[in-house]
Amino acid sequence: MAEMNLTLKIWRQDGPNDPGGFKSYTVNGLNTHMSFLEMLDVLNEKLVNTGDEPVAFDHDCREGICGMCSMVINGRPHGPLEGTTTCQLHMRHFNDGDTVTIEPWRAKPFPILKDLIVDRTPFDRIIQAGGFVSVNTGSAPDGNAIPIGKEISDEAFDAAACIGCGACVAACKNASASLFVAAKISQLALLPQGQPEREERVVGMVKQMDDEGFGHCTNTGACEAECPKEISVDYIRKMNWEFHRANVKG
Amino acid sequence: MNSYLTSTLFRKTLAALSGLFLVIFLFGHLAGNLQLIMLSGDAAQKQFNEYALFMTTNPAVKILSLLTYTSIILHTLLTLFLAFQSKSARPINYAVSSGSENSRWASRNMPLLGTIVLVFIVIHMKSFWYEMHWGDIGNDLWGNRDIYTVTIVAFRELWYTAFYVLSMVGLGFHLCHGISSAFQTIGIKTKKYLGPIEKFATMVSIIVPIAFASIPIILYLRSL
Repeated sequence: MAEMNLTLKIWRQDGPNDPGGFKSYTVNGLNTHMSFLEMLDVLNEKLVNTGDEPVAFDHDCREGICGMCSMVINGRPHGPLEGTTTCQLHMRHFNDGDTVTIEPWRAKPFPILKDLIVDRTPFDRIIQAGGFVSVNTGSAPDGNAIPIGKEISDEAFDAAACIGCGACVAACKNASASLFVAAKISQLALLPQGQPEREERVVGMVKQMDDEGFGHCTNTGACEAECPKEISVDYIRKMNWEFHRANVKG
Repeated sequence: MNSYLTSTLFRKTLAALSGLFLVIFLFGHLAGNLQLIMLSGDAAQKQFNEYALFMTTNPAVKILSLLTYTSIILHTLLTLFLAFQSKSARPINYAVSSGSENSRWASRNMPLLGTIVLVFIVIHMKSFWYEMHWGDIGNDLWGNRDIYTVTIVAFRELWYTAFYVLSMVGLGFHLCHGISSAFQTIGIKTKKYLGPIEKFATMVSIIVPIAFASIPIILYLRSL
């Protein structure tokens, strides 16, 4: 099993109001089968043992489904691999002796809490601004009571794959949240269950996105390229159309 | 409805629509300008000056001109506002940036390309539009204001011709991203129309600037 040594340039910041800056670390004897987060665990263990403050970073499931891990690795959100979260990125994709720069998501609406951890509650407020979905209470509905075509259900499911990690915001040169918001709007706008509140939802969520201070979408496509769930920018097109439609309809 | 008019998405849509209108204007302007190289000598001078007179006096053309000026101003102000707004959304830049790996150069540099086009428009309008309306230019043999000679003289200068041609390169890249982006913003670049829209955008962004640039190049070569 090959071992590797890395130099890490990591953004360290004590709190939201601290200026922060890069610090360099060397980690030796890494296993190529480790995930990127396990590599950081090795570094943190070393820091704890020497009485230093460990690097703070978000993580939870480490299975690529929760959307917690969030770091920009050598300028790419979630690192160089396509369709991969940081936790699913393995060290075999790096070379022995590499210098790796690790930064937090950079966006005004995502203030840095500590080191690589940013506050992503603006996403929660956007979801809340979408309101509710009307469902009948009572016994569970029959599985096939509402027929939905295969193409539509596939399209809705692809949008629903969004894990809300914020890589789209991190990748966008304008720090736009359009891909996230578009995925959430499309997922419900496509399905019969989402129809009663279809217009209020898009208007509310787009307004909240503006109010949070995200930039606008200039259709560079960087978000789709960096999205760990490979969500298509076609959903942004759909959000735009839904937004115009809802406002014209009144 | 009020929140619609003040939304970023509505402003973007206005920028997209004004941009698309300016693309239509480019076709008309190109058709007019090609008269400079279709004919030569007295015939070209007579026809081009008559055309210029028509373009500055016809009421229908005047309405279109007003729409064009409005579109240029609206497009500039809206995109400037949006660009500054987006700049403030990321106060601290990344130490390592790898935009080239996830997006096209033109799509990331629209403010720069737009500025090139705007500077060109200002100089271009001073050279011809201003001169035609208020400049101290003589009349041709048929009694029309002689904007043809003004044009021919302007493109005897190598630097002016080169500036024109380079600006057209900027315009080409601006259109390359701008046209398909506008259709996406309006919301009609569906999977069904994606192919035709991308093809149309690529064709326009190559053919229109080359056709425009060919005029000063030919005029310059004729003057040698």
